[in-house]
Amino acid sequence: MLAIVLTMAACSKENDAPKSQDELGGLKHAATITNEDHKIELYTVKGNFISGYNEIALQIKDKNGNLIPNASISWEPVMQMMSMSHSCPYSAISRKDGARNTYGGYIIFQMAGNDMEHWQLTIHYSINGQEYSAVKQIDVLPSNRQQVQSFMGSDNERYVLALVEPSAPKVAVNNMSAALYRMKSMMEFEIVDGYTVEIDPRMPSMGNHGSPNNVHLVQGADKFYHGKLSLTMTGYWKINLRLLDASGNPLKGEELTGEQESSSLYFEIEF
Amino acid sequence: MKHKTSWLWPLLLPLAAVAQDADSIPAKSLQEVLVITTKSAQHKQGKLLSSLDEYLSGSEQLNLVKRGAYAWEPLLNGMASERSVITIDGMRIYMACTDKMDPVTSYVETSNLSKAVVKSGQAGAAHGATVAGSIDLVRKKAGFGAAAMQTGIVTGYESNNRQRILGADWQIVRPGFYADLDFTYRKADNYKAGDKQEILYSQFTKYNLSAITGFKWNDHQQLEASLIFDNASDIGYPALPMDVALARAAIASLAYTRHHISPSVHQWETKIYYNSVTHHMDDSDRPDVPVRMDMPGWTKTAGVYSVLSGASSKHNWKASLSGHHNSSLAEMTMFSNNPGEKDMYMLTWPGVHTYYGGIFMEDRFRISNEWMLQGSAGWALQQNQIRNEMGLKSLEIFYPLIQQTQTRALKNLSAGLQYQPSRWNFSVGASYGERAPSVSEGYGFYLFNSFDRYDYIGNPNLLKEKSIEFNAGATYTDSLFQLKWKGSFFHVMDYIMGMTDNSYIPMTIGASGVRIYGQIPFAQIWNTSFSGAWQIFKSISVSTRASYRRGLSDQKENLPLIQPFSYGAKLQYKTSKLNAELVMDGAIRQSRYSISFGENPAPDYTIFNITAGYKFRFDKMNMIFNAGVENLFDRHYTTFADWSRVPRMGRNFFTSLIIKLRS
Repeated sequence: MLAIVLTMAACSKENDAPKSQDELGGLKHAATITNEDHKIELYTVKGNFISGYNEIALQIKDKNGNLIPNASISWEPVMQMMSMSHSCPYSAISRKDGARNTYGGYIIFQMAGNDMEHWQLTIHYSINGQEYSAVKQIDVLPSNRQQVQSFMGSDNERYVLALVEPSAPKVAVNNMSAALYRMKSMMEFEIVDGYTVEIDPRMPSMGNHGSPNNVHLVQGADKFYHGKLSLTMTGYWKINLRLLDASGNPLKGEELTGEQESSSLYFEIEF
Repeated sequence: MKHKTSWLWPLLLPLAAVAQDADSIPAKSLQEVLVITTKSAQHKQGKLLSSLDEYLSGSEQLNLVKRGAYAWEPLLNGMASERSVITIDGMRIYMACTDKMDPVTSYVETSNLSKAVVKSGQAGAAHGATVAGSIDLVRKKAGFGAAAMQTGIVTGYESNNRQRILGADWQIVRPGFYADLDFTYRKADNYKAGDKQEILYSQFTKYNLSAITGFKWNDHQQLEASLIFDNASDIGYPALPMDVALARAAIASLAYTRHHISPSVHQWETKIYYNSVTHHMDDSDRPDVPVRMDMPGWTKTAGVYSVLSGASSKHNWKASLSGHHNSSLAEMTMFSNNPGEKDMYMLTWPGVHTYYGGIFMEDRFRISNEWMLQGSAGWALQQNQIRNEMGLKSLEIFYPLIQQTQTRALKNLSAGLQYQPSRWNFSVGASYGERAPSVSEGYGFYLFNSFDRYDYIGNPNLLKEKSIEFNAGATYTDSLFQLKWKGSFFHVMDYIMGMTDNSYIPMTIGASGVRIYGQIPFAQIWNTSFSGAWQIFKSISVSTRASYRRGLSDQKENLPLIQPFSYGAKLQYKTSKLNAELVMDGAIRQSRYSISFGENPAPDYTIFNITAGYKFRFDKMNMIFNAGVENLFDRHYTTFADWSRVPRMGRNFFTSLIIKLRS
């Protein structure tokens, strides 16, 4: 990490370097996408992309390494599979709060890439009315534990549900949030409103120990689903989920009983 | 099984023992003194090298709950150890095990001690808030005197569990200086119950080092420093799913005493102390566990007390100020059976700090030669604080509005009246006291109780537990007979106990559920005991004893671990050199037991023990040889006080040799 910080400092010495560094606030460099005119630097918390929810910061540099402050940007991730291609849920890109040169958004990769199938990220941007684009294949690593699930609901719609928080789980009552998207087409995903995500955290390696005082996830002002997740100890937790539509009809996932030890819809957390 | 021989002498000797304390007027009914004389040249005990637990078993007021062959939990007046205060020379020590595997009594050796003073009810509130009473373990010390030096060597062996006992002690006495140094080592293998059934995981190893030294720079002022280092390892607990790799305590104190401050103020003693306890519970020796775990715990206690005592023609009083600070932390790490999974870690005692400060006063007022009135009153402030961030966050899962700090004011008050016409002594007393919840009751996090098989969660919002106690006693003593009857009744309000809550999912694999500490309106406990002794001839005496307890909740449900009717008898032959005893010990079937605590009725039993000791005297040397058999008929038995009904030791031959050299 130190090396990266040093490199970044060295690269941007002649620019308004301190400012851009501050704006990145400890994020790590994850990828560079270049075209003839610009270099687009992508940053994430861990310096890589994983299957699931990825919060991503971007900076655009010109050939001299100067940061571009006034771009308007959009992106399009596409999974190139053997026989087909599809996109995934992602946000718009906007300038980060209080930042001058840094833009941000999120992408929910519902699967990792591999040797045969890979993610390709296209960035479209305009600077002072001039349109540009850049594209690159990026590595999306499988997350150690399941953070996203793509599934067919009992209403025959395809959904993508991704864990957003806790990104740093604690033995505590954690704020939990998740993003829920409906797949409108292979390339189009939309946020789903007014559903409920029921949670039942368990530890399979502790006889399916569960915790009290969890709060199911309901939609907040930011369109994500928010609730409370109690974790009584560190270790591996399976967050069993049940998705209910706005009328309370179950779409996916099972309630846990003596026999039903886990749900077909779940996240995994290990810390 | 080890009730055996020690039980009688305390009953015959309280007068003598109390009388050693020159300032005190005997108050037979309110306290009981167990004389522990392992290494003195007298041989009062049947088995010389008994453990402290075995000595304490001799008290009518105490029951010792066994989870194995080591570190028994003393229940005072039928109440679990959180309801009493156990001190060593007035020092507060907190056990470091969340499962009560290391009561304070496990960190001393009989060789360090001269007596155990057991006080019932609020008479025991001098060192801390209590409901049941107090046990103060009084250190042995050589004291100042004419120049002398003594060296002792102790060896012992017990056949049943191959317990090897080895000890050495050294004392030096000078007019202005004394020092006591002693070392004891015990190592035992698994014991065998009656019918040769081996009780796996009942081994233990322990050594104890103790030093105490006094220095006097004039007739009225002295300083005393004391240190105990106790280290037990590889201790098996057959009644529990886990054992203990290490239980270690370091206990240090420095005391300043000033005598004869004025004609009516006799003594002022101030002591500062510190102790640290480390306890490592693990299951690495168990072949078959659902999940491997380590459960270490630590406590550190620093304290001070200052006692002023005095007397006038009619009064005999004591006033003390005491304070201590304790921190208790315990954690649990579980190792998943699935390779690659991270360890599971939680805090079972979430870094709880306890601050206690109190004042206590007592007075004995001699109304006439026959009548005496005694009273005590005390007030204390106790604060609990959760200092560990993760611990606080853990408890917030159950108590979202938990306060980091809880402060409670604890009051106590007692009064007693004694009437002593010639050979009789009658007494009645009443007291009121309050206690704060223990660390486990207030803040425990998924503490598994292997008896009822529930995980227990503490409750920081518990109210104080309040107790009203009544006691009465009658004693008759003449040169040939002693008869003694004693009874007490406790009405404990807001009685703390675990309450099943089916909405919670247990943590321990195989547990039946979760119990949250809560309070029932009240519980009531009755204790009564009778003992009698008859000196038939100069050297032959017989004695008997019987005792009974009853404990009921407000719903008339039986409380757990309550002693059924128990009895004993002893025939003793004693001359200046020879001491021989035949002891019978037994209990009827436990018909009243707590189903919700997982108890089943402990069957009746009767066992017999024989011991004999002989004292050799030489010019500069005393030698005591002692041998005997416990559980003579190899009875396979278990009692109400045996955790999960693990059977007690079968036939056990023991022998010991003590050599004392004076120079």
